[in-house]
Amino acid sequence: MDLTTTYMGLKLKNPVVPSASPLSAEVDVVKRMEDAGAAAVVMYSLFEEQINHEINELDHFLNSTSDSFAEALNYFPEPEEFKNLHAEEYLEQIRKLKEAVEIPVIGSLNGVSPGGWMEYAKKMEEAGADALELNVYYVATDPELTSEKVEALYLENLESVKKAVKIPVAMKLGPYFSAFANMAVKLDRAGADGLVLFNRFYQPDIDLENLEVVPNLQFSTPPEMRLPLRWIAALYGKVKASLAATSGIHTGTDVIKMIMVGADVAMIASVLMQEGVEKIADILQEMQNWMEKKEYQSVQQMKGILSYQSIKDTDAYERANYLRVLQSFK
Amino acid sequence: MQRKMVTIDGNEAAAYVAHKVNEVIAIYPITPSSPMGEWADAWSAQGQKNIWGTVPTVVEMQSEGGASGAVHGALQSGALTTTFTASQGLLLMIPNMHKIAGELTSTVFHVSARTVATHALSIFGDHSDVMATRSTGFALFASNSIQEIMDFALIAQAATLEGRVPVLHFFDGFRSSHEIQKIEQLTMDDMRRMIRDELVIAHRERALSPDHPVLRGTAQNPDHFFQARETVNPFYMKFPEVMQKNMDRFAELTGRQYHLFDYVGHPEAERVIVLMGSGAEAAHETVEYLVERGEKVGVLKVRLFRPFSIKHFVEALPKTVKAIAALDRTKEPGSAGEPLYEDVVTAINESRTEGFMPFEEIPVVIGGRYGLSSKEFTPAMIKRIFEELEKDKPKNHFTIGIHDDVTHTSLEYDPNFSIEPDDVFRGMFYGLGSDGTVGANKNSIKIIGEGTDYFAQGYFVYDSKKAGAVTVSHLRFGKKPIHSTYLVNRANFIACHQFVFLEKFDMLKFAEPGATFLLNAPYGPDEVWDKLPRKVQEQIIEKKLKLYVINAYDVARKTGMGGRINTIMQTCFFAISGVLPRDEAIKAIKDAIQKTYGKKGEEVVQKNFAAVDHALENLHEIKVPDQPTSNIELPPVVPDKAPKYVKEVLAKIIAGHGDDLPVSAFAPDGTFPTGTAQWEKRNIALEIPVWETDICIQCNKCVMVCPHSVIRAKVVDGQYLKDAPETFKSVKARGKEWGDDAYYVLQVSPEDCTGCELCVEVCPAKDKTNPSRKALNMAPQIPLREQESKNWEFFLELPEVDRKKLRVDTVKDSQFLQPLFEFSGACAGCGETPYVKLASQLFGDRMIVANATGCSSIYGGNLPTTPWTFNKEGRGPAWSNSLFEDNAEFGLGFRLTIDKHAEQARELLKTLASEIGEELVDALLQADQSSEAGIHEQRERVKILKDKLKQMDSQEAKLLLSLADYLVRKSVWIIGGDGWAYDIGFGGLDHVLASGRDVNLLVLDTEVYSNTGGQMSKATPLGGVAKFAFAGKPQPKKDLALQAISYGYVYVARVAMGASDVQTVKAFIEAERYKGPSLIIAYSHCIAHGINMRYGLKQQKLAVESGYWPLFRFNPERAKQGENPFQLDSKPPRIPLVEYAYNETRYKMLTKIDPERAKELLARAQEEVHKRWKLYERMAKSLYVPESDEEVTA
Repeated sequence: MDLTTTYMGLKLKNPVVPSASPLSAEVDVVKRMEDAGAAAVVMYSLFEEQINHEINELDHFLNSTSDSFAEALNYFPEPEEFKNLHAEEYLEQIRKLKEAVEIPVIGSLNGVSPGGWMEYAKKMEEAGADALELNVYYVATDPELTSEKVEALYLENLESVKKAVKIPVAMKLGPYFSAFANMAVKLDRAGADGLVLFNRFYQPDIDLENLEVVPNLQFSTPPEMRLPLRWIAALYGKVKASLAATSGIHTGTDVIKMIMVGADVAMIASVLMQEGVEKIADILQEMQNWMEKKEYQSVQQMKGILSYQSIKDTDAYERANYLRVLQSFK
Repeated sequence: MQRKMVTIDGNEAAAYVAHKVNEVIAIYPITPSSPMGEWADAWSAQGQKNIWGTVPTVVEMQSEGGASGAVHGALQSGALTTTFTASQGLLLMIPNMHKIAGELTSTVFHVSARTVATHALSIFGDHSDVMATRSTGFALFASNSIQEIMDFALIAQAATLEGRVPVLHFFDGFRSSHEIQKIEQLTMDDMRRMIRDELVIAHRERALSPDHPVLRGTAQNPDHFFQARETVNPFYMKFPEVMQKNMDRFAELTGRQYHLFDYVGHPEAERVIVLMGSGAEAAHETVEYLVERGEKVGVLKVRLFRPFSIKHFVEALPKTVKAIAALDRTKEPGSAGEPLYEDVVTAINESRTEGFMPFEEIPVVIGGRYGLSSKEFTPAMIKRIFEELEKDKPKNHFTIGIHDDVTHTSLEYDPNFSIEPDDVFRGMFYGLGSDGTVGANKNSIKIIGEGTDYFAQGYFVYDSKKAGAVTVSHLRFGKKPIHSTYLVNRANFIACHQFVFLEKFDMLKFAEPGATFLLNAPYGPDEVWDKLPRKVQEQIIEKKLKLYVINAYDVARKTGMGGRINTIMQTCFFAISGVLPRDEAIKAIKDAIQKTYGKKGEEVVQKNFAAVDHALENLHEIKVPDQPTSNIELPPVVPDKAPKYVKEVLAKIIAGHGDDLPVSAFAPDGTFPTGTAQWEKRNIALEIPVWETDICIQCNKCVMVCPHSVIRAKVVDGQYLKDAPETFKSVKARGKEWGDDAYYVLQVSPEDCTGCELCVEVCPAKDKTNPSRKALNMAPQIPLREQESKNWEFFLELPEVDRKKLRVDTVKDSQFLQPLFEFSGACAGCGETPYVKLASQLFGDRMIVANATGCSSIYGGNLPTTPWTFNKEGRGPAWSNSLFEDNAEFGLGFRLTIDKHAEQARELLKTLASEIGEELVDALLQADQSSEAGIHEQRERVKILKDKLKQMDSQEAKLLLSLADYLVRKSVWIIGGDGWAYDIGFGGLDHVLASGRDVNLLVLDTEVYSNTGGQMSKATPLGGVAKFAFAGKPQPKKDLALQAISYGYVYVARVAMGASDVQTVKAFIEAERYKGPSLIIAYSHCIAHGINMRYGLKQQKLAVESGYWPLFRFNPERAKQGENPFQLDSKPPRIPLVEYAYNETRYKMLTKIDPERAKELLARAQEEVHKRWKLYERMAKSLYVPESDEEVTA
């Protein structure tokens, strides 16, 4: 049985790729992922703003109390060098992973400012990353900010990174665009080698006791995969870029569904964090069992067969879908 | 060979050589020598090697006593070993110094000479510490300037190896240790040439080794000790020659020729001053000035004070000398004269009697004291001494630099005399510690010193207050070497980096006519003139000053610099001072920025570059009008209603005129009144909390956490509020116990608040319809100042809540108690002072405090004004600081006295019972004083007793009268930081705990030496970065609580106010009530943790939630009831350690320095948390009961 697939030009042994998560911070864990059958790995995200914030923060706390008091000209030793001010640890982790595993390693860069991207993208390439994933974690809550400007920001970021590196670059996106398909096409034309759908913005919660808004990190749940499922179906065949499905994919059959709507790879994290990276093997086994049972020879054979362009009645994906769902309760 | 010019301070100069010519360095932090140890540690951490190619081992010990022991051991086993210290630290080394010298061991101690604490502690410089070591047998070797410090450090090392006499190399604390000068740096090659390997090998061969065993440290008897002691004489007799020989070798290498005594002045001088230390530089400069003007004067700089070579001394003086003034920077009360004076007298006399006196006539010798505790020593004073020497009968045993109106020792001098040449740039810069002024000036000195052929000097004067600390930088640049070892007092450039300073300091009195005045003002160029106080305008006009203005905070905000205006003001300085061509200067600033911040990332570099560019655009010269226009008058330093002593003495110190105070202004025994901080209104908060009565739930948490006691609550009857100021707020008091007409009032002292925001953070009450509005919200201080000051005054006049009616073991009620510790100089948001304040509220009216040296002794006892205060009855804490190392013992002494006096009082009561009245005596003896009411009743009885005793004639009655107050229970508190409790004072603390006496020890645990700048202590946590733990401390924090618990009869509590204020209050009450030793270890967040202090309490909470800081109480009383004495007061760890730790720079910086190690240490620290929690959990679950439940007594 041929499970191979191609993602951004990378030949992968199967379509199951662990997405960006803290799991990739440990070389051992990534090795276990590979052993369990992962086809590639997306590293945990490097947060560009955070790097800058932390540099400023460090500068502030090391210096703001200096030279104020005769007995204590400062309060901290100042080391000759900081080995990890500019994400050296992250880059080192890419190097270590490249040495430790055979599967492709995809660097993940998270940020919004146009300036910071290139430097770190370049460094990741130099460190050996096989591809990059740009995660534009941007919540456009400013009412004065137009959709044009938001879209331009994404395109600028992509273009600047594409100029800086030769390795493939994927854009990981949120779904909140007024014309998402058009946005995807624009990114495709701007040179995106892959589109990763979708980023799960962590939605805040309310602490009623203290009347405070609090961050709330929750694992994805299977119903969440419907959103990428629809949009991959819509984009399949309309863009040159590879398509990666992410959010709520927890089982082998989830992976198959995603392939059938047109995904080149299915990315998983929550289920691995909850059940362990060995779950990858189960997912692959489940896929194979299903394919065997249904007599599919290869992943390629299934790819896109339920996408917009392959099915006659696209109503199921669009408004009629909504009506049908409502009526089904009757 | 070309040597590098460097601009460094004296500490760095000494440490530089010491690190290169030693193998082992054992130190202990003490001001002002701490930076030497820190440099050495830093260099070793960076892998810098000594001249033999190995990285010296640097070890931080638990005290200077420990450091000197380690030094002695390392020397005896053959390593080249050194240490750095000062003041009490040096005193603690004395026993080992006798040993080291007695064994003729080659070593150099580098000492930044500092005042020894007597009637008061002083961190500043004089020779009292060095002079206390005269009998140790160490050679005493003085360097006077930064260049000399580096040079002498090397010469001393060479000499000690050759002559075997150990050397104490000293230089003046602060004046030399902290002064920055441009000097020529010695090379590795210089050092290799000076230090002869055969002598190093000989030193090793003398070492103790099992391979060629010998015995030292014997005990000797009367028949032979004496002779054996005299064996060292040849070494001491030879040592001056050895030293001179090495000075000569050094001169061959570097061209700088030194002598045991260096003379400067007229070759036929008749009047000569003899001295050592930095003052010799000022004398050098003054002598040259006077000689040029035809005066026959000179100065003799003493380099090698011990062994004192009479021959070299008399030969170094001109034969023509008629009068000599020997100046000592120390005081030896009761002596025939100070040490140098005595040696000079002896030398001259001996040269005469031995027949080698070279002088034409026998010179008159007088002695004088100068410069104690870094008192200024200026050309004006030196000139005056020369004038005195001209007299037929010059005054002996004089003082100079003070006005002694008690014993009239002082020479009056003309302070306006100045010899500063016009071609020297002399700048004064007034800044805040937090605005980066000093850092910027240090940077400017480097730029000018290292980028031009100018000589440069920088000296920095700091505040003793930690919140809103003021700094004054004194900079000189000139074509010739700078010998001016005194502050700039005639400046041709003055910069005021904080507009509010114009109202506080008369800085323009130091401006020379035509000087440049640079002002940072929050006003535009068109409006700024009218905002200046009238006096400032008058000075600008009268002295024809050039006025430049910039709104630096605005520029800082716009360029992302936040509150740091350093780069901006530095740019302005270079732009208008003309020290360097403008473009050259700007380039140099940018190069320096790149160098300083480069390693911290491009982001930081770029924002500094932007600040430079914007500074130039926003700098304006102001056209000065002919006439002053302002009506703004300078406010009085203290209010008119302040007590006489405050107005006449302390106000002068506050205003910067402390030098003008005469001797008679001070008590002869170091005694000061308490309650003086209230008179120093510092107005340092930009914003203050404002109370919203409709939201407040009257929990008093804000009062509890306020580090400066500026937010207070009372409940009063409505009648008292009738005449309240219009804006005074009050609200019906919650709780039936107060009655129907009771009002709750919460008031902030606007002029004492530091704006730390802890109160706002802790406030749990939120507006139900607008949750971002709390019952306390910050608002700008200036518009509120006047109104709230009036309200504060009114509030203070309102009656205090009756202590007897309060449930003081609750948070809310405890905070109605008047704090008797207020407005301290602690950092804004300090984590220590809320605990100190709490103790003062609960027990202050019968409390006596022994305070270890450290932050708490500085914010608690540094003049001008101090925070410990008294209540309306005149009762309040009595406070003293003995030393750093002896605090527990000092406090135990209080207890011993109180117990003894109480016992005597009871005995006398019994003796006099029939006269006093049996009933009263019985009541006094049987009194239950376990509650506020009980104490009140006992005080009433004592009052009656005293009245009766006053009527009685007998001696016993008089004695009892003097002891009667001891019949009221006293509360002994022994307070200090972790440096004291875990390290230097641990032995004493342990012993005092073991004594079983009723004392309360409060450890304000910041987990580092905070006061001296964040050095590691045994309280420093695993993984935390601190000085001497560059790579994160690899061992866990010592569990001091567990050690104390092991006694079984010690009350022990671990508290963190931010996690549980309820538990904190309970612990304090229980500890005090327990009739035996009590130990409270209090988590104290600190600026040395690298946090936003506003979130200090949140960090405390996280520390507890992560299980890092479990809360517990071990109360032996419970064991007596058959209960487990150990109670865990916090829940099992709920969050990973990282969520607490990585909010703090001390932990997080390691992830930037060495991420691998950070990961490893974090994992180990987490493991440690689990292990410790399990242990505590087991202790809390086990039914532990001590075998014996007998009463514990001493």
